[in-house]
Amino acid sequence: MANKLNMRDRYKLMTRLGWETSYQPMDKVFPYDSYEGIKIKDWDAWEDPFRMTMDAYWKYQGEKEKKLYAIMDAFSQSNGHLNISDARYVNALKLFLQGVSPLEYQAHRGFARQGRHFTGEGARVACQMQSLDELRHVQTQIHGMSHFNKYFDGFHDFAHWHDRVWYLSVPKSFFDDANTAGPFEFMVAIGFSFEYVLTNLLFVPFMSGAAYNGDMSTVSFGFSAQSDEARHMTLGLEAIRFMLEQHEDNVPIVQRWIDKWLWRGYKVLSLVSAMMDYMLPESPMSWKEAWEVYFEQNGGALFNDLARYGITVPDYAEICTKEKEHLSHQVWGILYNHTAAAAIHTWMPDDAKMNWLSEKYPDTFDKYYRPRFEYWRDQAENGNRYYSQTLPLVCQTCQIPMGFTEPDDPTQISYRVSEYNGDKYHFCSDPCKAIFDFEPEKYCHAWMPPQQIFQGNCGGEGLPAVLEHYKFNLGADNMDYVGSPDEANWNLWKGLNGSVSGDVKAS
Amino acid sequence: MQIDIKAKEVKPIRHTYSHIARRFGEDKPATRYQEAVLDVQAVDNFHYRPTWQPDKELYDPTRTAIIMEDWYSFLDPRQYYYGTYTMARAKQQASADQSFKFVEKRNLLDQIPTDVKQTILDYVVPLRHYEWGANMNNYQICAMGYGAAITSAAAMHGADRLGNAQYITRIALALSDNDTSVLDNALAGWTDKTQWQGLRKLVEDSLVVQDWFELFVAQNLVMDGLVMMLFFEKLEAQLVAAGASTYAMLTEFIVDWHAESMRWVDKQISVAISESEANADLLNGWFAQWTDAAQGALAPLADALFDNGSEVISSITESLKSRAAKAGVSV
Ligand SMILES: [Fe+2]
Ligand SMILES: [Fe+2]
Ligand SMILES: [Zn+2]
Repeated sequence: MANKLNMRDRYKLMTRLGWETSYQPMDKVFPYDSYEGIKIKDWDAWEDPFRMTMDAYWKYQGEKEKKLYAIMDAFSQSNGHLNISDARYVNALKLFLQGVSPLEYQAHRGFARQGRHFTGEGARVACQMQSLDELRHVQTQIHGMSHFNKYFDGFHDFAHWHDRVWYLSVPKSFFDDANTAGPFEFMVAIGFSFEYVLTNLLFVPFMSGAAYNGDMSTVSFGFSAQSDEARHMTLGLEAIRFMLEQHEDNVPIVQRWIDKWLWRGYKVLSLVSAMMDYMLPESPMSWKEAWEVYFEQNGGALFNDLARYGITVPDYAEICTKEKEHLSHQVWGILYNHTAAAAIHTWMPDDAKMNWLSEKYPDTFDKYYRPRFEYWRDQAENGNRYYSQTLPLVCQTCQIPMGFTEPDDPTQISYRVSEYNGDKYHFCSDPCKAIFDFEPEKYCHAWMPPQQIFQGNCGGEGLPAVLEHYKFNLGADNMDYVGSPDEANWNLWKGLNGSVSGDVKAS
Repeated sequence: MQIDIKAKEVKPIRHTYSHIARRFGEDKPATRYQEAVLDVQAVDNFHYRPTWQPDKELYDPTRTAIIMEDWYSFLDPRQYYYGTYTMARAKQQASADQSFKFVEKRNLLDQIPTDVKQTILDYVVPLRHYEWGANMNNYQICAMGYGAAITSAAAMHGADRLGNAQYITRIALALSDNDTSVLDNALAGWTDKTQWQGLRKLVEDSLVVQDWFELFVAQNLVMDGLVMMLFFEKLEAQLVAAGASTYAMLTEFIVDWHAESMRWVDKQISVAISESEANADLLNGWFAQWTDAAQGALAPLADALFDNGSEVISSITESLKSRAAKAGVSV
């Protein structure tokens, strides 16, 4: 009669395969997990966040992939893109492929590195599986959007753009920051802050946005990735619990990382806020509502749980609370003005959308943003669509143009400065400045798009040279939605009025 | 319906992504494999220096001494992206699972003579640690390598190695009626028994190799080439002859996996070698050096397992050399 092994013990046998090396010293075999100052007394205290042997992994993931690709194939064969609400919606997908999918790839590599280099085997195996999942995400996203790429502009050179285009420097620098950090900081940055705390603010807007706007391909990806994300969240939470329980000296380090990475993540999400409130023709919820549910309520509960370790809510949370009234409008304004140099279309909202925004932002939209946006809309309708020909100063930390206002004064641009080695560095906010001030030797190296352009490292002087360097199809990838080939094609396919207005503005 | 009427107007404006069209020299449909890997890794304008390796960029082609004009020459003949990979392994694991169930249900392992069982426990089961080293090395290749083509395949290969270690663990538990002390003994053998020390040292030496392509040659070509032949061909034939044919049903996954993986490994080797003479020199040197070391490391195990241990070692070394020669290595 076979002896019984419980799941937990069996999984330990399946994953605790290491040994104390003696022909090579352990600290040479695992050189990276001690320099950050995190103290680990006992890797055996690591609790496996999920238990999945490779055969089970292959089985479940293989089944999910089979279903997902069947749906993607059907979507392409039936020209599923014709069922979306409006071609403006597709710009949310462009932003996703340009800005988020490359981060999935970065996550794949980052988790592979931790999957090799943590001394603890349980942590390694969990990271390896997440590394594979993230490879899945980038590849299924590229495949899912491959169909859209065949019918719309703004997708076709996403990898090239991610390395170069100014607004993509926001997500890229975020993940470069995490991947150049040590393994424990990476786990706080990505495993905990991003995957656990902020993930709903990224995926719910995109996936429910897709559902509201008839994009069944993206919705299917979202559903299919849900169980992967559930595993990622448990890994992030276990990583933080483990660090906090191992040694009390770890607590202030972890707190500083949480503060830093929730802010870094929040700044990346400001692009998502504009997407939610402005790009989606049919909006499931406003940025402000999402922030309240997914950060203020859910995050609040999480921090109550972490209080027993001495972890507190970042003290800048109040800034976010004030900014939720303004964030999406300010970011949309920035994108709208700089659309000549962006591989997305922007536009001014119609009356119905403006009214929806007034309703969702009763204290701020009509007061601060509607008048400006209506003026811009009038200008555009009179043939004076404004495009900025220069790039503004961007924040040295988050790399967003300096267009945010003071938390307590929405008429005043927020602006901070630090000096390091005789040079001046500019920031959009106190937390961005604080992140720099703690590690200036790291952040002074950031690849800053405007400075790079001025130095002639982006194709030469002037916007046309830069756009050529970006490999934009001028007037197709960039500029307003109105007058774009996307609009003309959509009208043609849908038999809508205006399908004859094929004249495309060149920049 | 409106959509039917308009459908003929719904023509694609392009067929693939531009970075792929540039590689083709024209815009034409690409395969899913091509879209999944080509140019997916960032190559320019990194923001910060890695705190864990400040002398390099985050992704940096100089983490190996080989030089490639195009790192996306390292394509996978199996064309694995995540979807095709997991679906292929899902099938293989289903058939492995059936074999385990078939054998366990009928207690077929009871028919293996005790001394043969003991040989498996002493001389195959410690390989779960070898596979673990191979897992680490392939994740190292994924982490430190350059270009999404070879690094993504290395991640899958690393996952495969964890799978192999788990199949070996399952065999040990099946043979021992879930007596976990056989795994402790196997670990003790791996860390302390004289015969295993050469191989353990070889693995530990590989774990500190800094050049990721050298590591690829050492682990995936040389060490695996010899270890797989020694244990899953030569020893397995001997075990089967001694009454362990049911055991061979349980190693089928690993044996098939190795046959499949060799296609990928050999292709990477031939791509690197045909790129330049400088690359070829490096690979020839790594191959010779690691083959030498591996032969010596495996000799005590071969002596313990075979009457003609040294002949077995020379015969598997010869086969490895002729395999490597086919991939372009000067041996
Ligand atoms: Fe992901
Ligand atoms: Fe995730
Ligand atoms: Zn900032």
